[in-house]
Amino acid sequence: MASAVKFEATSRFFGDTRAVDDVTLEIEEGEFFAMLGPSGSGKTTCLRLIAGFERPSQGRVHIFGQDATNTPPYRRPVNTVFQDYALFPHLNVQDNVAYGLMIARVPKAERHHAADEALDLVALGGFSKRKPSELSGGQRQRVALARALVNKPKVLLLDEPLGALDLKLREQMQGELKSLQRQLGITFVFVTHDQGEALSMADRVAVFNNGKVQQVDSPLVLYDSPKTPFVADFVGSSNVLPVEMVQRLIGVAKLASLRPENIRLAEDGLVGTVESQAFLGAATRLEVAVDGARISVLLPKGAELPNDGSEVHLAWDADALNLLEATNG
Amino acid sequence: MASTATFGGRVSDAFWRKPRLLLALLLVPPVLWLGIVYLGSLFALLAQSFFSIDEFSGLINYDFTLKTYGELFRPSNFDILLRTVAMAGAVTLAAAIVAFPIAYYAARYANGRWKVIFYLGVMLPLWSSYLVKVYSWKLILAKEGILNWLFETLHLSWVLQAYLSVPGIGGYSLSVSWTGTFLVFLYVWLPFMILPVQAALERVPSSMLEASGDLGAQPGQTLRYVILPLALPGIIAGSIFTFSLTLGDYIIPQIVGTSARMIGQAVYQFQGTAGNIPLAAAFAVVPILVMGIYLTIARRMGAFDAL
Repeated sequence: MASAVKFEATSRFFGDTRAVDDVTLEIEEGEFFAMLGPSGSGKTTCLRLIAGFERPSQGRVHIFGQDATNTPPYRRPVNTVFQDYALFPHLNVQDNVAYGLMIARVPKAERHHAADEALDLVALGGFSKRKPSELSGGQRQRVALARALVNKPKVLLLDEPLGALDLKLREQMQGELKSLQRQLGITFVFVTHDQGEALSMADRVAVFNNGKVQQVDSPLVLYDSPKTPFVADFVGSSNVLPVEMVQRLIGVAKLASLRPENIRLAEDGLVGTVESQAFLGAATRLEVAVDGARISVLLPKGAELPNDGSEVHLAWDADALNLLEATNG
Repeated sequence: MASTATFGGRVSDAFWRKPRLLLALLLVPPVLWLGIVYLGSLFALLAQSFFSIDEFSGLINYDFTLKTYGELFRPSNFDILLRTVAMAGAVTLAAAIVAFPIAYYAARYANGRWKVIFYLGVMLPLWSSYLVKVYSWKLILAKEGILNWLFETLHLSWVLQAYLSVPGIGGYSLSVSWTGTFLVFLYVWLPFMILPVQAALERVPSSMLEASGDLGAQPGQTLRYVILPLALPGIIAGSIFTFSLTLGDYIIPQIVGTSARMIGQAVYQFQGTAGNIPLAAAFAVVPILVMGIYLTIARRMGAFDAL
């Protein structure tokens, strides 16, 4: 399969800041690709490099096999859904959606028809004549989506599009985006700081930190086998066991990650003291002090809970312990 | 709760309980000022325009008549109206064209120190006396002035001479030509155009311009379809200043320009030396009418839709 977007040793510097630092990355055609990371990790700058709003300081960006490094945004076969939606306030919903077609000199009747179809696709049929200011946040988000999709881009870029929506709406839109992507078969590149969003929607996720890509994998692999301490902690907040402890447990001098839900209380095993506990609904989280390190344990609802300060033994299946590469940060 | 029964404290408490009282106290003096002193005298003036002057005695006849308005359509008076409106239109158009790039730069690119320099550069001329600025321009534009000298030094005097020989806009030197009047108006009112346009552009987020480019628009198309429509309320606000200030001014055309009068000068002369207050009042009504028509058209064209 051809790659839709390819970064070749791409960097983007802002003064002394390395916003994107030597990123090499391939996004495949037709996949739902998420770029996940905390704010300032370089994920949005990467998206802007694909859109053409930023130019790489070093390296190259390819879109569908063509070197797009020196191509301005208006000549790229990609469209963006902006974080703030960036709808044009002086145009009604229909003219907003038809903007790209108007620029492409599609006749008026035709482009209005196409815009209405795109609005139907995002369940906003009948809103054509409204102004953006008369819409709710969720509706604006759909208009922004329709405005990008109506141009039939080869790659759709989404910059934290669900960030401004409330939880319920966000979950609903996650499902809709996913099915929309399946239905249209367009490559989606999705930027988010919400690991749950990335894991639930994407085919593959690239985890960013400090301008570098830490790991690119499917959500399942990312969750089960994080490669670096950062990924282990950022994706599903794993325990990262210090080198000495891993050395003592299995005789390997490496960091290792261990999921809180994979730990159980047993008759014997690693000895620790319960420091605190928090009821989370479906589970209870224990914070256990072990040799100066702190290990989180997630006990399912119904399990017997120890008292704070009591001594417990922690046990897990051998394959739950995941060795990390030594690199940190 | 201990009561802090100071006088200020009790006044604050009273206002807190009756918020409208504070509002009323704040509003009454300016409303009285605006309503009676300002609008009242304006209406008194306008009422004068429906009186007439007795041509033999020079006394004002207080019967209602439209005869004074008829006087406005006498060729010599009507020329004054046309000339003034044309000048105001030209000044406004030029101010918009000159102000836009400056305002655009200030809104999009300047920050920190450059923004301060921008504000100083735009506002500084407003702080100095208007008369000083106009007389400075008279010197700049004079036959012996720096502009003439510059053209001579560059061996381009013939260009200036050719321009000055154009009837209507030319003259003996720039300082006694319509072009001179135009230049001084443009200079003096320019800040009133730059500031509102800059404020309007400041409100356009850069993501909106990126969105336009993302959707295939080249920079020129983004300017036409996104930036200009969103800047239009600012341009209209600025043009209200430049247009109405030019319509009413009587000092600039007196100092720089030809002997042909503008509305402001006509009002000044009719109410002063000629003692024809009804005609002066009728002249004064014209800018108000013109502005009313102008704003109605602007509104119809959707200039305020983005507000």
